[in-house]
Amino acid sequence: MKLGKPTRRQFLIAGGAVAGGALLIGYASSGPSRRAQADAAASAGGERFVTTWLKIAPDNTVTVYVPHADMGQGTITALAMMAAEELDADWSLVRAEQAPAESAFANESLGNRFVPGDGVPPMLKGVNAAAWYQVAKFMSLQITGGSMAVRYTGQHGMRTTGAAAKEMLLKAAASRWNCSPSDCTAAMSMVTGPKGETATYGELAADAAEYSPSASPKLKSRSEYKIVGTPRPRFDIPGKVDGSAKYGIDARPEGLLYAAVRLGPVSRSTVVSYDASQVLSRRGVKKVVEFPGGVAVVADNYWRAKEAAAALDVEFDAGDKVNVSSETIFAAQAEALSRETDEDKEVGDAASVFSSAPETEGAEIVSAEYRVPYLAHACMEPMNCTVWIRDGKADVWVGVQDPLGTRARIADVTGIDFDNVTVHPMLLGGGFGRRIPLREGFFDFPSEIDFAAIIAKEVDAPVKLVYSREDDIQHDAYRPAVTSRIRAVVGPDGYPTAYENLYVYKDDPEEAPHIPYGIANQSIRYAEVPTHIPRGPWRSVAHTQHTFFSESFFDELAHRAGKDPLEYRLALLKDQPRHAAVLKLAAEKAGWGKKLPQGHYHGIAVQQSFGSIVAEVAEVSIEDGSPRIHRVVAAVDCGLVVHPDTAAQQVESGIIYGLTAALYGEISIENGAVVQTNFTDYEMLHLSECPEIEVHFVDSDAPIGGLGEPATPVVSAAVSNAIFAATGTRIRQLPFKLHDLSQVSDKFAQAAD
Amino acid sequence: MPISLTVNGKRHELDVEPEMPLLWVIRDELGLTGTKFGCGIAACGACTVHVDGVATRTCVTPVEVVDGAEITTIEALAASSGAGEGELSALQAAWVAKQVPQCGYCQSGMLMAVSALLAENPQPTDEDIDAAITNVCRCGTYPRIRAAIREVTSA
Ligand code: FES
Ligand code: FES
Repeated sequence: MKLGKPTRRQFLIAGGAVAGGALLIGYASSGPSRRAQADAAASAGGERFVTTWLKIAPDNTVTVYVPHADMGQGTITALAMMAAEELDADWSLVRAEQAPAESAFANESLGNRFVPGDGVPPMLKGVNAAAWYQVAKFMSLQITGGSMAVRYTGQHGMRTTGAAAKEMLLKAAASRWNCSPSDCTAAMSMVTGPKGETATYGELAADAAEYSPSASPKLKSRSEYKIVGTPRPRFDIPGKVDGSAKYGIDARPEGLLYAAVRLGPVSRSTVVSYDASQVLSRRGVKKVVEFPGGVAVVADNYWRAKEAAAALDVEFDAGDKVNVSSETIFAAQAEALSRETDEDKEVGDAASVFSSAPETEGAEIVSAEYRVPYLAHACMEPMNCTVWIRDGKADVWVGVQDPLGTRARIADVTGIDFDNVTVHPMLLGGGFGRRIPLREGFFDFPSEIDFAAIIAKEVDAPVKLVYSREDDIQHDAYRPAVTSRIRAVVGPDGYPTAYENLYVYKDDPEEAPHIPYGIANQSIRYAEVPTHIPRGPWRSVAHTQHTFFSESFFDELAHRAGKDPLEYRLALLKDQPRHAAVLKLAAEKAGWGKKLPQGHYHGIAVQQSFGSIVAEVAEVSIEDGSPRIHRVVAAVDCGLVVHPDTAAQQVESGIIYGLTAALYGEISIENGAVVQTNFTDYEMLHLSECPEIEVHFVDSDAPIGGLGEPATPVVSAAVSNAIFAATGTRIRQLPFKLHDLSQVSDKFAQAAD
Repeated sequence: MPISLTVNGKRHELDVEPEMPLLWVIRDELGLTGTKFGCGIAACGACTVHVDGVATRTCVTPVEVVDGAEITTIEALAASSGAGEGELSALQAAWVAKQVPQCGYCQSGMLMAVSALLAENPQPTDEDIDAAITNVCRCGTYPRIRAAIREVTSA
């Protein structure tokens, strides 16, 4: 995943009357394109745009169309709030929806035709409600990931669109009342004139559409905000408590059939043989379809398909991939790190500080090797995709983080023209990076979306492919297993003069392996160690491993120097006031340094990712040889907090996701295949183990940072550092469940008495 | 031999294999999609419904076992709790008040499990809740689930 910087180019692309006097206004900004392949696959040389649309209807309702998938992060609500704020809308009249399904790329040439001045595209004039199909063709859905919805779409798109619409409404009112727009005021979806005249936005919408939208309308200052910064109830919640919310797995087009798969246990195996007649006479079974890497059974009920697929004898050939195991992978990593490595970041001259350390008075080299295993995403909703192919067209029902990329992929796999592929976005039962069908570096990762399309081509009905949980755990694109060797030269004062990190896999974000600490000499280098195990983005991507590595290591250095881990970090963060501020806030709220209940210990860690800085303090005790996490206090600097409640919820969620992985998460490889199968051996945190979580936001005027991911990576280090405080055992390999802490804790407890 | 079930107050005579798990009868045969598939091995609770009032993981419950039973799914939780047409049960309302769901996929099962617990034990201790609610939520809504339960209990 490449997360580029958004470029500055941005403009309003349309304003006009539609749907019987509604004001429609759209805005495009050439957005951060995460993966060149997705663009190329779908729009041959075109650029992707973040495009936002806003509609004011005669009944005074405002509908905001949000070009992002909402996986429960509250994105759709938060973005609608940003538009409504600038519009000065009455929040009770605001609706929000995920952008319509049938999006086409608004590529550069297309976008250019609609810069201000060109007015409204003819197709948007005088159209009725059904014309949203057309409007949608000018919308580009962006990939949801990289915690970027609010940061980019909201900041650059939603606010501008809302503010431009308000300016147009004010102009329309002024012309009606023969005064200047500056004599009119807008509030609560109503414009008031100098003599006390009033008109609702809905009443003014048709007139307002006569004006061209400004590409740089005046935006509010933070002190004027009334909606942003308040906890508005999320739009998506009601349907999620009464069973009416529809996820991909709930799609039920007329005549639906179901497919279950038998995939080769080793990724990218080939099918050698199978005998379809073994199952074709079973009740409800319609067809057996082979696809690259597996065989599917299509039946009239998912259970019948699944039972039949399980009953098939399928022989697979995995070639010499069967010789690969977790041991061989880690051995290859160790070997690669002992050879020549590639430069990630060099500061000063670390090499010479290390080589002269043995002769330097008081200098000492400290080193540690850390490891993390592969991790599956394990979204609560198993992977699925429903495809109906007929008359040279494909309809697809799926919940994905990138509907457009999915559309391109389906077009690719089926050979059906991109324009003839319709994606109906459904809710996502979790995403976490798994529901992105195209991956940079993993472009050929064969996924359920490809398989569903291939199977559907062979069947004269809509087919819903559903992965079993076993398929999901064993055929993911995993957070990679990673080794990191860290060394430091420590001076007589206990602080490092040089830092070195040799790690495997340079993944996004690029800065993940970099440290915030002021050390004059740094050498950060990497090696690539290819395997056949698919790698993919996993909530917070490369930060998941690097935060554990570096924040554990600096804790080691602090203890070695006999210093308080908080004070030690602060001493190295003199040039990083935002980091220092969150550390101090987390420590203060957690009662760092104060007396804790008997047997409870604190650990602390900090990380910046996706534009936000998070510090966490974990309070841990050891029970029966395992860590018990009582409380996690997080302090966050994410700039402006748009929606305090969902912001806090994302931090809670990120902590629990990271904690689950740190405690239990381990995908291991044997004979080339994933060993784990289901929640019994890929364990999940339960309610009973969930710590109390407290989230505090720093009052910050830094640029808006992301929130879906930044809380995740910090917790493994915070807990590990607390385990060290409790037991004297430094955990250098995750997950924690691999370590029996009972013996050590008794000894340590005695020594401490 | 047809199997007869009463689901959300409606009686169904079904000609299905007796060993078909109730989950797939509910989802694929009856078309009620509020009950979710998560693991298929009784390890997550996403598929929880009430069978004669008892929280039951339907992915491992052969339909023959519940022949003749009264089944309530999330779609009728409100009605079965005495809420009027278009209204939520007190528990669902607490879920909204605390803004519990994230992706929401586990929440049907959570609500069915919690409502069964509260029917049996209206004032559960934290330990009672821990022991009874073993459903998995991958989005980590646990703190809010506990808070929402506390909205409708006094402990
Ligand atoms: S699907 Fe039944 S318990 Fe997980
Ligand atoms: S809300 Fe997503 S799994 Fe619980």
